[in-house]
Amino acid sequence: MIEKLHEFVEKIRGENASWVSDVAEGHGEVTVFVPRESIVDTCAFLKTQQGFDMLADLCGVDRGPEVDPRFEVNYHLFSTKHHNRLRLKVLLNEEDPHVATVTHLWRTADWHERETYDLVGVIFDGHPDLRRILLPSDFDGHALRKDYPLRGYEPYSLN
Amino acid sequence: MGLENTLFESLPDILTVKLDSVINWARKSSLWPATFGLACCAIEMMNTVSARNDLSRFGAETFRASPRQADVMIVSGRVSRKMAPVLRRIYDQMPEPKWVISMGACATSGGVFDNYAIVQGVDKVVPVDIYVPGCPPRPEMLVHAIMMLQEKIMKESVKDRRDTYEPESRESIVPGTLPVTEGTALERETEIEVAQNQVSRPYTIPSRHERRRSS
Repeated sequence: MIEKLHEFVEKIRGENASWVSDVAEGHGEVTVFVPRESIVDTCAFLKTQQGFDMLADLCGVDRGPEVDPRFEVNYHLFSTKHHNRLRLKVLLNEEDPHVATVTHLWRTADWHERETYDLVGVIFDGHPDLRRILLPSDFDGHALRKDYPLRGYEPYSLN
Repeated sequence: MGLENTLFESLPDILTVKLDSVINWARKSSLWPATFGLACCAIEMMNTVSARNDLSRFGAETFRASPRQADVMIVSGRVSRKMAPVLRRIYDQMPEPKWVISMGACATSGGVFDNYAIVQGVDKVVPVDIYVPGCPPRPEMLVHAIMMLQEKIMKESVKDRRDTYEPESRESIVPGTLPVTEGTALERETEIEVAQNQVSRPYTIPSRHERRRSS
């Protein structure tokens, strides 16, 4: 199973070697670190030519303000044809948490990217409707950042 | 049973009573709660109206799905900050007279959820008549709360509960809109710009007894 996943990594490398900056393996899963500027191309390649037709999940991670790069965005791909799972990972700096959207490839990425923007504060360039989805629209800050205070920035008032 | 026979024999045809006591007696005997379950307390609330505890013994079993037909709002569970304007709106839609029971630790004080997402006590959003402690309270405690509310209703006067039209209550809410559905601009600068240009309109109307309390 894991050899099969490494074949996909080699196929990505064969298409463009700069798309793979690092590969991690654990628990029978393979994670490909992709540079920020080539994530859309990598996703398009995997979707159209390697049969990864489903975006099972897209989520953001805050590793903490002391870690650089601070944020990561994970793309969990799944193929309904050959039943393999592959994870792509993009690392982002705190100063510039921008990454291109993949909503034109998978429509489901719309709400996942909104959630990631809402809770972690990653901004997806080119997203059709990037606004908060879980938290109230007047919410201050991003709640799942490690430096967000547990009780919020200010006490609650209705008006 | 023959209750009519006894009443007919023991009472005169015409009774002279205080208007308040008759109206309050009628009100307390048919408290209709609004269906507003928020969390696990709602399970106990459902149990309260079921056969074992049978809230209909106290005239409060008719849960209405429309706030227009409800008298008492049982806030059963934690109120999130996103839910608070909705809760307030349902409260505003209930006609006078209306009462609020804060059921459980979360609705009363936030409970164990002392965080950014949960309103620390529903009395920050609506005026509360009865607080029920517990996590969750047993159905008997909710029945007791209803009975305490009935005692409280008997002490009220009809004059305090007049339902008058306020000009501000007509203007404050645009029909079909809620503050929670408004989108937020993406960039921080435009966010501030939008906030500065927005004419802020209050979407809460102080209710009768909130005014009385503050004055």
